[in-house]
Amino acid sequence: MDAIIYSLPFLMNGLGITLLVSAIVVALSLVVGVLLGIGLIYGPWPLRWLIRLLSDCIRGIPILVLIFVVYYGLPPLGLNLSSFWAAVLALTVFKSAHVIEYVRGAVTSIPRGQMEAGMAIGLIFPQRLRYVIFPQAMRRFLPPWLNGVTDAVKGSALVSLLGVVDLMQAINQVIGRTYEPLPLYILGALMYFAINYSLSTLSKVLERRYSYIRE
Amino acid sequence: MTATKLLQIDKLSKSFADNQVLKSIDLNVAAGEVVSVIGPSGSGKTTLLRCVNFLEVYDGGSIQIDGREVGYVDATSRKRRGEVDLAGMRAETGMVFQSFNLFPHLTAEQNVMLGLRRVRKKPAAEAREIARHWLSRVGLAHKTDALPSELSGGQQQRVGIARAVAMDPKILLLDEITSALDPELVNEVLDVVRQLAVDGMTMLMVTHEIAFARDASHRIVFMADGLVSAQGTPDALMAEVASNERLRNFLSRFSATAH
Repeated sequence: MDAIIYSLPFLMNGLGITLLVSAIVVALSLVVGVLLGIGLIYGPWPLRWLIRLLSDCIRGIPILVLIFVVYYGLPPLGLNLSSFWAAVLALTVFKSAHVIEYVRGAVTSIPRGQMEAGMAIGLIFPQRLRYVIFPQAMRRFLPPWLNGVTDAVKGSALVSLLGVVDLMQAINQVIGRTYEPLPLYILGALMYFAINYSLSTLSKVLERRYSYIRE
Repeated sequence: MTATKLLQIDKLSKSFADNQVLKSIDLNVAAGEVVSVIGPSGSGKTTLLRCVNFLEVYDGGSIQIDGREVGYVDATSRKRRGEVDLAGMRAETGMVFQSFNLFPHLTAEQNVMLGLRRVRKKPAAEAREIARHWLSRVGLAHKTDALPSELSGGQQQRVGIARAVAMDPKILLLDEITSALDPELVNEVLDVVRQLAVDGMTMLMVTHEIAFARDASHRIVFMADGLVSAQGTPDALMAEVASNERLRNFLSRFSATAH
């Protein structure tokens, strides 16, 4: 019990970093993934080919390899990132590749006639996306994406391998001082679980909110 | 050459890969005229209609609405119009689809309002007023807040018509608009089209409702194998049945299966 009380301030700091890393990664990968996803669906063929290649390669590499490549591989090429930003960059690249696929799946599930109906009333391309395609694609995009957000939170534990003091690293550091691994790992696991359980609950609420759209 | 028609199609051709769907179509529609296009499946009727608002990119010939080339900057250079220019032209032609293509996430009223708000840039109150006006014209004043999924096929198609005509198009294109409907719902949609014809709306429609085409159009165009095989007033076309074997075959097969 003492160990837990002693550990709490450290774990809370770590939790803060975990949430910060996750939030940045989720936000950046959403922007990058949606843009590239749209490029993959509607872009000219060289762009589509490039994005397809990129997405397939990134998704075919273990996330840990990607993190090490960014942290140890880029400095010789002149890009020196702190361990925090190297981790964020690697996770963002990884996550973006997944968002590209969620976008592709969601948007291509919308019948072609929807785009045509938008054309027929004179909407320009960005308007067709905004008012016609995206609101409908949302229903199919949200479940896998929110699932991916929980993956991002869990995956952020890998940043501890670069020495970033996130929740995982904070737990390890406290255990190094108290020699009580089991209660502390359980406590850490509960914290991760609490975050992800709230996220999946939110995901169910959102899914219900969009379920009125039927094709 | 007579005065320029509202819609003027000259030597239009279009291929999908090796399949030449439209060979050389000449077709004019004057303002206020209702023209029906009939013909066997695969004769290129729907493709023709889709070329008129550039949902299909055509390969050769020319389509002009009010003297402006559709899709291309001019007929000779074949330089494609920019997105904004193209959208502006499409807003001038209303299109009603066989499968309705209503926006399922928007209510009937919002479906009609979308183009008025975002293309015509009308304030919400005015757009809503116009939408309600047209929804009541198609007999759906009581369904303004219904989602498409809550409407019958006939009701959905009437919203589709309201959405197209609310934009005040120069010409309305109707693509087999009753083909996806249960037989008992066909008339409520045709009645709306009939009323639009009476009001002087210029219309080009592809239809399988031969009786309706005879009775509601000024002119019927019979297409076969990517060409206009015969055209004229309904009476003139029927008079041609004796001399045009394809038309005779088409109409006889039609009356055998449809009635």
